[in-house]
Parts: sequence; structure tokens; C-alpha cells
Amino acid sequence: MSGLLTVHNFSCGYGDKFVLRDVNLQARHGEISGIIGPNGSGKTTLFRGITGELPARSGEVLLNGRDISQMPYNARARSMAVVAQHVYATDVTVEEYVLMGRLPHRKQFQLFETKEDYEIAHHYMQLTNVYDLRDKLMSKISGGEQQLANIARALTQQPELLLLDEPTSHLDITHQVQILNLIQKLNEEMKLSVLMIIHDLNLAGEYCDYLVMLKDGQPFKQGLPDEVLNYQVIEEGYKTVVVVQPNPVSHKPAVFLVSDKILKQKNKENRQEKSPDQSGKNL
Amino acid sequence: MNPPSGSASRQKKLFRWGISLLSLLVLTVVAFVLGMSAGELDISVWDVPRILAEKEGVEYVVLTRIRLPRIILAIAAGGGLSLSGAVLQGIYRNPLVEPFTLGISGGAALGVALAIVFTLPAVLGAFALPLAGFSGALLAIVFVYVLGARFGQVNVNNMLLIGVMVSFVSSSVMMLMMSLATAQNLHSIIFWMMGSLDEPNSMLIRLTLIVSVSSLVVASFFSRALNALRLGEANAWHLGINTGLTIRVMFLLASLVAGVCVASTGVIGFVGLVIPHLVRVLAGSDYRILLPASFLGGGIFLIICDAIARTIIAPNELPIGVITGIAGGIMFIVFLSRSRSTLKVN
Repeated sequence: MSGLLTVHNFSCGYGDKFVLRDVNLQARHGEISGIIGPNGSGKTTLFRGITGELPARSGEVLLNGRDISQMPYNARARSMAVVAQHVYATDVTVEEYVLMGRLPHRKQFQLFETKEDYEIAHHYMQLTNVYDLRDKLMSKISGGEQQLANIARALTQQPELLLLDEPTSHLDITHQVQILNLIQKLNEEMKLSVLMIIHDLNLAGEYCDYLVMLKDGQPFKQGLPDEVLNYQVIEEGYKTVVVVQPNPVSHKPAVFLVSDKILKQKNKENRQEKSPDQSGKNL
Repeated sequence: MNPPSGSASRQKKLFRWGISLLSLLVLTVVAFVLGMSAGELDISVWDVPRILAEKEGVEYVVLTRIRLPRIILAIAAGGGLSLSGAVLQGIYRNPLVEPFTLGISGGAALGVALAIVFTLPAVLGAFALPLAGFSGALLAIVFVYVLGARFGQVNVNNMLLIGVMVSFVSSSVMMLMMSLATAQNLHSIIFWMMGSLDEPNSMLIRLTLIVSVSSLVVASFFSRALNALRLGEANAWHLGINTGLTIRVMFLLASLVAGVCVASTGVIGFVGLVIPHLVRVLAGSDYRILLPASFLGGGIFLIICDAIARTIIAPNELPIGVITGIAGGIMFIVFLSRSRSTLKVN
């Protein structure tokens, strides 16, 4: 396993403010990597740094060893496709929207899509189950369908690496699981490497092969889900009391939250029993 | 599940676009003949081709020397302004932007007012007013561009606001000039501002046509980049579009073509705002069809408005800006309220 995407001593920010300082991390070939971390920890800034939207102040982002800021724009978009969090719902049909994924493959001055472009777009529309929606406007389909069309568009770019910014936010559990299962299937069947920001720690634990937890613009902990989704790491990273138990079916780490009221009760009981090893968050 | 039918969808789209362009071309020819027949000297629509073929007589001279140049200028300026509006609405993602919201007409009018007050025409001759108008427009464009696109980052909202401010400042300064001008100068300024396709200088007409047609060609090569910008700047960037370059080049192109049109015709408002929206509703928002269709649509609209301006109170002539404003505005309101569609640019 080698590094597909390497973020090396990377610093960037907005205006005079640095949000990220000397970040180092790797996303490996064929893996689903997840970036987690509390709000304001720099997840989105890191994402925008990796996509090249925010220029690096120092350090670099390497894709297959090539600095993305030195790559031609089209070449970058052919090896790295981005599913942004915000889908601009426009009056474009789903088909035309997905076809835009062929833009980085166009020749200079090529005004019209080729037959092959259409075939590739249709293939990925079928894979993502939006083929039947192809004549509908993007603004007239549901949020979950928009996200699927968005993924179809990204796949139509035929990238090596798929970057997703919180692909499941604002979706109900049906669509959350549908989208993540699709990503997992693409990862397994097409050997597509995936790097995503993911808010939900349980979904991160369930679907990711590798996790990076950011805190204050720095990778606070990175490793396998079992190593990162550990109650001590989460409590320090998120400043929140959690209970971590393995999922009874998948045996992946699952994170539980406990309300303040219950916590206080438990603490009181613990003090009354005066038994030192009952912390309420045994793994 | 249906088998992928790439070629069918593709052919359907190309066919639809082909039909749209063909019908606009037919309409252009119809407008051309109507425009040729309209005017003080009564020439029937059916006689136009015969007179043009015979190549002699008073009617031939009227058609080719008086009416034809106006129609060519109408196509050039109408097409150019409409193209400019379509492009600007696209890069600003704002349905209310037109070439004149960005201070281009304000700058041009100020340039002309200054030239008239300082009697430049006496020094420079026929080219003085167009030159002054273009310089004024250019100054406004440079101002908006430099202030709006500074620090290497293009901020379209800043550019828009600065454009609106430039427009206000230059029209205020122009009012100041007008309040200080003599009655005769004042008349010249007002006459120029109302816009007219009556341009005696054939060089200027040719120049306007060349600039607006070549702008259409250049903008067409950016049409897929403009399409991607409809998804937002970030998404266009992810698709490998050089968004900063596209926005800069398209801004400069759109404002230069508008500047040239204003310099040769005066202020003809509304074309750049209304025509692209009508075309969006009729032919779709894909820039590959929107740009050529807006160009043709703008030309047709201006030929017809000019024909009305020349005939409605003949033998006198109304300023064409009056017709475009009234006809365009009413047409647009009726259209919007009927079609239940909302103004959309993305």
C-alpha cells in the first residue's frame, strides 16, 4: 500500500489567519479514509487545501507524488474528483449535470460532448441509480437524489481519488446508508480511493479503513478506526464524554453519548458506592 | 433498465439547438426585410429583393446607403449588447446585471459629455464622440476590474458593487457637466444619450460588427467553462476550470464589446438585460446555445425597434432607446407574468 495523496507540512488559511499549520497526512491507494474532528478544527479548510481551492502557504499536497498546485487544471480534475457539500440546485437536467464530469476530458476548443462522453455518463448514472431521473431538473429532485447525481458526476470524471465533503449531512438514515454503501461498493469494485470528511463518528467507524482526527488545525490522532475512535481520544478531541462499544454485528467501534443528567446521577451513584473502577465508560 | 443510449440523447440535444438557431436565422432574415421596407420612402416588403437585385434607382440607393447600414449596425450593436448581458449575468450569477449596470454606459456618457463640453468634435471630427465614449467606457471598465479583481483573487460581488458605484458616480458627474453646459451642448449630450442607429461613418459600423462577431466567437470557446460556473465557482474549479481566468477574460470581453457598441450607437438600454432572459426561457440556459441565440435575438430585437422608431411618427424619428425601453419592458413583464417562470441565471 502506497500513498496516493500526501499532505506534507501543509499550512494554509484565510487572510492573515492560519487555520492549518504543518499538517501531515496520507490517504492510501484503495482505501476509504475519513477526516473527523470537531467544528472549527479545520476539516473544511483542509479539504479546500487538498482540492487546491485554497493555495498552500507552505508545504504541499502531492497526488501520486505530483504537487497539485503545479498540475494542469484538467489533469488535476481527471485524477481527483470532488463531491462538494453544497450542490447548487440549478435548472440543469440530471443528464447535463452528470455530463459536466466530462469537462476535464475535453480537448481544447471542443464544444460538444462526444458519443463516448454520453456513454460514460450514462454508465455512471445507472450505477448510482439516477439514470431514470436524467430528464428531471436538478432543482426538482430530492436532496438524496442530488447527492447521487453529484457522485455520478464525480465518477464521470473517472478519477483515481474521490473527495467528499460530508456526503451524508442533511440526509435521513436511508439515504446516509445508501450513499455510504455506494461509496463502499465503488471502493471495492472499482478500486476507487476515497477521502471524505465525515461528521458522524459511528458512520466513520463503520465505513472507513483509516481515520484522521483533526483538532485546532492539526491531526490530533490518525490510524485505524479502533485506534482513533477510542473514548480517551474522542473525549480529549471533542471535549465530550462518550461511551465506545463495538457494534454487536460489525464489531466496528460505535460511539454513544450520555446526557448530562444521567452522567450526574451516575457520578453520584459511583461516589456512594465508592468503588474506584466504575467509570461508566468501560470499553 | 434501459440500455444506455448515448447517441440518442446527444442527437436530440444537437437537433433542438439546430432548430433554435435555424428559426432565429429565419427570423433575422424576416426582420431584415421588414427593416429594409420600413421608413419614410414607401417600399413594399415584396419589392425589397427585386430592388436589391436590379441595383439601380433611387430606391436602391435608399436601401443600400441609408437603411442597410442601420440594419447592420442594429445586428452588430443588438447582438453585441445582448451577448454582453448574457455573459455578465453568467459570471456574476445575477439576473439583474447588464452591461450598463456596471458603469459602462455611465463612463461612456461621461466621456461624451466631457468631449462635447470641451468641443473635442471640432478638433477630432467625426470620430470624436465614439472615441470619447469608448475612452469613458474603458476607464470605467478598468476601474471596476482593477478594484474588483485585486490581490489576484476575483471577487464577483465586489466587482458588481464597484460597478454600480462607478455607474452612480459617473452619472452624477455627467449631470454636473450638463448643468454647466450651454443649451446647444446640452442638446448634443441628450441626443447622444438617447441612442441612435443613424451612424454616417461606415468605418465605425464595420468596426462594431467585427468586434461583436469576434466576441461571439471568443465567448463561444468559453461556453463550457461558463456552463461549469453555473454550478458555482468552487464546483467549476473542481471540474478543472480556471475560474479566475474565465471570469477575467469574460468580464473584459463583455465590457469591451458593450463599450464599442455604446460608443457607436449611444446608450441603448434594455437589450442586454431582456434578450438573454427571453432566450434562456425559450432555448435553455446552456451557454453553447444561449450565446449565439442571444446574439441573433438582440439583432432581431434592435432591427424591429429601429423600424418602429423610424415609422411611428414619420417623417420624424423617435430615439431608439425610447422604443427598446418601452417595448422591451412591457414585452418582458407580460412574458414573465404569463410564463410563471422566474428569472434564473444558473
